[in-house]
Amino acid sequence: MAANPLVQGPGVPANLLLSRAHVLDPRADIDAIHDVRVRGGEIAELAAAGTLDPAADEETIDAQGRTLLPAFFDPHVHLRTPGQEHKEDLETGTRAAAAGGFGGAIAMPNTDPVLDSAPLLRSLRDAAAREARIPIGFLGAITRGLEGKELTEMAELRQEGALGFTDDGRPVASAGMLRKALQYQRLCGGTIALHEEDASLSKGGAMHEGAVSAALGLGGIPSVSESTMVARDAALAGYEDARVHFQHLSCTASVQAVAYAKAQGWRVSTEVTPHHLLLTEEDVRGMDTHMKMNPPLATEHDRQALVEGLRDGTIDCVATDHAPHARDEKEVPFEQAPMGTTGLETAFAALYTGLVLPGILELGLLVERMTAGAALFELPTPTIAPAETANLTLIDLDGEWTAGEHGWESRSENCCFAGRRLRGRVLLTVAAGAVVYRERAFSVVAA
Amino acid sequence: MNHLLSIEELDRTEIERIVAQAQRFAEVSDREIKKVPALRGRMVLNLFYEASTRTRSSFELAAKRLSADVVNFAASGSSVEKGESLKDTVLTLSAHKPDAIVLRTPWAGASELVSKWCGAAIVNAGDGKHEHPTQALLDVYTLRKRLSGGIDGASIWIVGDVAHSRVARSNIIAFQRMGAQVTVAGPPTLIPRGIEALGCEVRFTLDDLAEADVVYALRMQRERMSESFLPSLREYAAWYQINGRRLGPRQVLMHPGPVNRGVELSGEVVDSPQAVITAQVEAGVVVRMAVLYELLAGAREPQPDPNSPDRPENVKQLA
Repeated sequence: MAANPLVQGPGVPANLLLSRAHVLDPRADIDAIHDVRVRGGEIAELAAAGTLDPAADEETIDAQGRTLLPAFFDPHVHLRTPGQEHKEDLETGTRAAAAGGFGGAIAMPNTDPVLDSAPLLRSLRDAAAREARIPIGFLGAITRGLEGKELTEMAELRQEGALGFTDDGRPVASAGMLRKALQYQRLCGGTIALHEEDASLSKGGAMHEGAVSAALGLGGIPSVSESTMVARDAALAGYEDARVHFQHLSCTASVQAVAYAKAQGWRVSTEVTPHHLLLTEEDVRGMDTHMKMNPPLATEHDRQALVEGLRDGTIDCVATDHAPHARDEKEVPFEQAPMGTTGLETAFAALYTGLVLPGILELGLLVERMTAGAALFELPTPTIAPAETANLTLIDLDGEWTAGEHGWESRSENCCFAGRRLRGRVLLTVAAGAVVYRERAFSVVAA
Repeated sequence: MNHLLSIEELDRTEIERIVAQAQRFAEVSDREIKKVPALRGRMVLNLFYEASTRTRSSFELAAKRLSADVVNFAASGSSVEKGESLKDTVLTLSAHKPDAIVLRTPWAGASELVSKWCGAAIVNAGDGKHEHPTQALLDVYTLRKRLSGGIDGASIWIVGDVAHSRVARSNIIAFQRMGAQVTVAGPPTLIPRGIEALGCEVRFTLDDLAEADVVYALRMQRERMSESFLPSLREYAAWYQINGRRLGPRQVLMHPGPVNRGVELSGEVVDSPQAVITAQVEAGVVVRMAVLYELLAGAREPQPDPNSPDRPENVKQLA
């Protein structure tokens, strides 16, 4: 495997003094007001509030009343490069991530052409080394062209730096084909991430099957199209002792299937998106195409099961499934619109507003789940501790804003939370030691 | 009322107002000269993305009887086939400043979307499998004339392919708003899961069909066979065809047309006095006259031009 599986564009190692920040890192067991010094991109000192004096060559940031968290990690984004740069590219996508407080992300291979060969991965990593604002990694395809017929050269892809494999956007329909990939994982390693959907059940569907789809006359996607595949593939992973990761869970039955698999000791992990944690099929009633995603928004009962799964750890982490689409692609009747919502720039604020403020989840737990994705792909977890590389996000938890009010860093604007009042503004993001995002109205005390 | 996008958005009073207006126009249809000058100088644009002779000609006739100018735009053989989006087609045709656009598309919600893009009054003439509000209004009109006891308290069975029917969805809502008890019946593969949330009852056989005052049969489309919703038309007919054996003497029979004789209806019931199928067609014109009149006559609320720089969202884009 490549020396560093994550790549990013050039950045200047930061020298910062964040004074009187409320530092919260549940893994490091820190929840107090501190001065934090970053030197040469590393966390140099974590000291009692008001005890560190500014040095001449560092920027001092008055972080009083602000919250300093480990930068988030998103194991599931679509950067649309190569081939669909009109939706997003490496630069705009990672800029959106930085603006959302993310210090790392993993890009999906359902590009055009599909990321299914080592030379393509090499060129993409070269491009990322010039353009990516935050460190990003890539998953290679499990099957060539995502067609579910032949395995990619998984071992060579791993050598070139693939963090793992997925046919995301599509399921691996054939259990026999998936089994071969799981067996081959013993040679090459790398987490195998699965988009679970039985197309024979979901075919022709535009939204979750139920009362709302019946009322709107839209084709329904039953939840069992996901949960039966989760159960099938969990059993396969158990049988082959393989490491699999279930992407974007959307319903109660899938959470139950994952809980069962974990209870068996099978090596499975899973993720959930902010939109599945906060929205339901009721939000589709207006047939707003921003609410069209795959898997579809399900029932309130499903949403609560996902929140509970995230709380109790059945669900390991939050992933945005950031899926940009151009305006003209989404400005069509619901059935014609492509599936997907952007999510990087709103993930934290939406979850903080929707789940932490009403007292449903603790902030510490949310931070833990928004950073846990890295370890699922054998990457270091962002941590606030001396000698660690600085991966930080500074947030004004009281800062209120309307999603999309000043436009987006992403090239696309298809965000399901657009127009909502949110609390929690990202003021500053440091990724791999470099300042990668600064809120425009940010006030610098001394430079 | 600025648009007619769905039955869902109409309350009983509004439905009754349109039906009453249709009744007044029915008198015009009996005159030697069937035209009134109510909408003289107004333009009605028929924009049809799906083949339709009945609905389109019904709207055309309705508009002409009100002395409006009518322009027909069919998607086949037009710019649509060259890849023009719905939005661009609507913006282009809006340049002719139609007062109303009658829109049929294969996509749910298209009418509502179009209503946000242009200043014309939009009449939904069928949006995918979602709604077909003028069909429901003409069915209410027909039933009111036919049922001596009125629709209130009547039992209406809608039979057949409910899953793929916009007529079924609009009628379930409309009949209930008028006080009827609605039951949908059909093969389990063609009754959408969750439909009972609309307030109707669901049956999978016609065993209790005798309790119905009105039997509303839906058209069975042949392509449902290839999609495995049904094993055969023969088996469908055996279980769900409305025929002389199943239809009681006091029951009223309705169908939105066109009928597949020998499939959802047997020949003898189509020709029986209980069938009001031609009355439905006749009602179509006067009800659509009433809808166009409701939307276009008198002082319509001024509609904002979507491209105007006065609109706040446009200002935001420029800033």
